[in-house]
Amino acid sequence: MQPDSLIFIFINAFLINNFVLALFLGLCPFVGVSAKRETAFNMSLATIFVMFVSSTSAYGINLVLQYFDLQFLRLISYIAIIASAVQLVEMTMKKFTPALFRALGIYLPLITTNCAILGVALFQTFREYDFLQCVAFSLGAGAGFGLAIMLMAGLREKLELANLPNITQAAALSMILAGILSMTFMGFAGLGGGGA
Amino acid sequence: MAESTPSDTPLTLEVFTAGLWRENPVFVMMLGLCPTLAVTNSVINSLAMGAASIFVLVCSNALVSVLRKLIPKQIRITAYIIIATFVTMVDYIIQAISLDLYNALGAFIQLIVVNCLILGRAEAYASRNSLGKTVVSALGMGLGFTFALVCLGGVRELLGASTLLGFQVFSSNYEPWVVMLLPPGGFIVLGCWLLLFNWLKQRKTTKMIAAEEAMDTTRQIETS
Repeated sequence: MQPDSLIFIFINAFLINNFVLALFLGLCPFVGVSAKRETAFNMSLATIFVMFVSSTSAYGINLVLQYFDLQFLRLISYIAIIASAVQLVEMTMKKFTPALFRALGIYLPLITTNCAILGVALFQTFREYDFLQCVAFSLGAGAGFGLAIMLMAGLREKLELANLPNITQAAALSMILAGILSMTFMGFAGLGGGGA
Repeated sequence: MAESTPSDTPLTLEVFTAGLWRENPVFVMMLGLCPTLAVTNSVINSLAMGAASIFVLVCSNALVSVLRKLIPKQIRITAYIIIATFVTMVDYIIQAISLDLYNALGAFIQLIVVNCLILGRAEAYASRNSLGKTVVSALGMGLGFTFALVCLGGVRELLGASTLLGFQVFSSNYEPWVVMLLPPGGFIVLGCWLLLFNWLKQRKTTKMIAAEEAMDTTRQIETS
């Protein structure tokens, strides 16, 4: 597979270099919102959506910044873009799909501080992806985040029923679980013939 | 996060030490996990990340504290822009000092901007406290953060590369535990540190309960 083909970029962001388990991005919601499968699912939908919107707008603003030779403003403008994209998505949803808004509403502000979103915008700039590659990358990253958080939520629901020692309360056990999950994902390293 | 100190309390040592131990950002409050795990594969990287975070935390919180009467409550985004400004500065400073370090830390320098620790402190503490207290508290929090990073980085470097700060520690017979340098190692080492801290906390509470019970029994004996 070509390393810059769309399908490879998608699979790379989805499995090989999974945003949560290999790059450690978006850990706060990964630990915070993974207690129930339903909320985890809603959270990952909202994240995929915002990731897509902010990644495409970041691509646009980067072109403008490059045209005026203002790269040092990149970080500030990305932050502003993500925050306003989240606001925009929130308002649009409220107007057109109230049902979806009720399901995802509370997660949207949380997403602003999700470093995976900014991570997508920064990585696509560093790797100089074109527009379609950006779309594939953001969808893959979002899907990878969703997969990781859903797996974690499933594991944690099972753990609720288990008899655990007291000291494994709070996040300690989640971290060790995440470590084991991450080790599993290392098995994808050779996928696509190129490795990471 | 639940720092409800009213703004007229005097500046004490407690403000400084809270962040170091009792409210340690990583081990107790679980804030700023992403950089914690991503860059701690060696002690040097941990220290650099810690220093960069301290700089951003102290400067941005100081500025938020100075401007706290001017910024209306609704526009939270200004805090972000203040943080982003300092992060851009750190980004260029590190690039100027050491390109190796810059490449090792990669995008994570720029990702300091979404570190929940910094925004959290700006919102919860700096926006309601005076400049002096904010700076002292931010310094404590930053040092606590660095302490946690070095704890993780030390263990991971020692087990994964058998070195510490670049010096060989174990003899050449030691087979390096490479997985510790890879992503799973970060999760597992942090998990183990959290287990240790939970155990310490639990031991402390059990001791306190035991001491109270002992007090009660002696009192009962005295009265009878």
